[in-house]
Amino acid sequence: MSESDVTRDGVRGARPGREAVTGDRAGRRRRRGGRGERPVVPEAEFGSYYGLPVISKPPWEPLDIAGYLYLGGLAGASSLLAAGARLTGRPGLAAPALTAAAGAISLSLAALVHDLGRPARFLYMLRVCKPTSPMNVGSWLLAAYAPLTLTAAATGVAGRYRLLGAAATAGAAVLGPAVATYTAVLLSDTAVPSWHEGHRELPFVFAGSAAGAASGLALAVAPAGQAGPARRLAVLGTALELGAFHTMKRRMGLAARPFGQGRAGLLVRTSELLTAGGAVLGLCSARDRRLAVAAGTALLAGSAALRFGVFHAGVASAEDPAYTVLPQRERLEALASRP
Amino acid sequence: MTEGADRGGNALYGPQPDVSGAAGCPDAPPRVGFFTDTSVCIGCKACEVACKEWNAIPEDGLELTGMSYDNTRGLGADTWRHVAFVEQSGPFGGPEAAPDGAADVDVFAAASRLGTGPGPARTAFPVTPDGRTELRWLMSSDVCKHCTHAGCLDVCPTGALFRTEFGTVVVQQDICNGCGYCVPACPYGVIGRREGDGRVWKCTLCYDRLGVGLEPACAKSCPTESIQFGPLEELRERARERVARLHAAGVTDARLYGESPEDGVGGAGAFFLLLDEPEVYGLPPDPQVTTRDLPAMWRHAAAAAVTLAALVLGSCARRKR
Repeated sequence: MSESDVTRDGVRGARPGREAVTGDRAGRRRRRGGRGERPVVPEAEFGSYYGLPVISKPPWEPLDIAGYLYLGGLAGASSLLAAGARLTGRPGLAAPALTAAAGAISLSLAALVHDLGRPARFLYMLRVCKPTSPMNVGSWLLAAYAPLTLTAAATGVAGRYRLLGAAATAGAAVLGPAVATYTAVLLSDTAVPSWHEGHRELPFVFAGSAAGAASGLALAVAPAGQAGPARRLAVLGTALELGAFHTMKRRMGLAARPFGQGRAGLLVRTSELLTAGGAVLGLCSARDRRLAVAAGTALLAGSAALRFGVFHAGVASAEDPAYTVLPQRERLEALASRP
Repeated sequence: MTEGADRGGNALYGPQPDVSGAAGCPDAPPRVGFFTDTSVCIGCKACEVACKEWNAIPEDGLELTGMSYDNTRGLGADTWRHVAFVEQSGPFGGPEAAPDGAADVDVFAAASRLGTGPGPARTAFPVTPDGRTELRWLMSSDVCKHCTHAGCLDVCPTGALFRTEFGTVVVQQDICNGCGYCVPACPYGVIGRREGDGRVWKCTLCYDRLGVGLEPACAKSCPTESIQFGPLEELRERARERVARLHAAGVTDARLYGESPEDGVGGAGAFFLLLDEPEVYGLPPDPQVTTRDLPAMWRHAAAAAVTLAALVLGSCARRKR
């Protein structure tokens, strides 16, 4: 319904898109770099169809899917930490890590199923085995990993069937790193510019973030005397995450911009502060219980903020045709100028 | 793209002459597709209507966009043919750059001169020295491209999306569990998840009609044969001839989009003749199937997983006393 009126002084109440002009390099030009951020590539002009997006944004709920990425990372790295703690005789660290892995993977599966358009059909993921579909690979991975994690946690809590528990812990530790990093492939294997262009570094970002989350949880609940590995892992994971993220943004050109803007930019900056702060705080927490809890909470929140930031950056890059059109244009021009 | 052939079978990208055969369908009929010649599209939207009617696609809101005659916006779960409207005034730099005179034309006077009186035929609006008017409408009926390497099909975790014997890409509605992964995987933004239904839907190239030897509803209804249906090889031949004819007539803007098996999706099953850059019609200028990089993605994820394991185990190691 049009609500504009033509008056003596011109048109009133016309929709903003009414004067949109297409095909004349009329793309939206309201782009500014994020706070203090240098534009990665110079502003370029491009044509678009009334500024409408070229690709479709993912139809996923942020809470479900970013939550799924986060909890998968927390579970996978916790399984590893539990196995490492068990091997080196730190039961006070192994027990909470096992429980965390089981709890996180259960919630993560629930989030995944909840986001399906037809949740009752979730088992259809397992009717084929398809390496070209990261979601299919992930389903098989979780189908093997989740029972192992639950078995490991249950035997740990019950204090019985120790051999079965040890085998399950080992199995979960083997699959854990894959559970934590495959989610990066899940995002990258799409046409979403800010996800696809980071496909080399994103698995390392997620690996570092998973290590941060798992060490954060362990720091918060494990006795300080046995939390040494968590303190070290927090630092190593944070270094990996921040380093890989920096490299990724530097290499992905225009598609890096959404990570510094809007809601995604805010989440990413918050995540970097929380993660780095949590890791430093964790180092000083060997004697102070309250400090350890604060460090752990910051690390857990930082990892969550990172996944939500990456999720929202991808959605933002899908919604603006510039991120789809400009790099493709550049690629074509580079190809044409080659002899 | 010979790189692809070297890496065995062009499973993920590059030219693939036998797309049905590669998908496990022996003795398949020739691959079919659409050639949409936008130079003769009149924007009547008969294709949109015929598609909705034949495929029983639900109504998805009657909203005036206020941006042009296009109130459909784009393809999605409930729109499998979409007619784009683009208004241009030359020299193409926006209305403020319109040539002198275009703004002061008395259209009634101009119209009264049309087709009356002796002498050569006249037009209502100023013409350029080469005899063309300064205003044009571009109209183009967009549709699923039925890619040779279809991102949606590759990433579908249930196998609901499959390659038919005709070389087209179709969703099996009794299998789709609505994960929505195909939606952001499509480099053209074609497929969509239907509200309230939860599953994804897109053009089937009228799989049911093809099965009984009929042409798809949109092509059948197109009054100007802008939408042509047929064996892909034949359509490509026809399209090349059409472009040559247009170029000879001075329409140097005419170009084919999506017809080359060398492009990023291995050639589209539905390709176009356009009169401007693809992005002007809302099409990506150089789409790439995302799974082209999938082997690299898995390799990097594996390396990251090993790194994570090393970090954790390294953190757990006790110092030697």
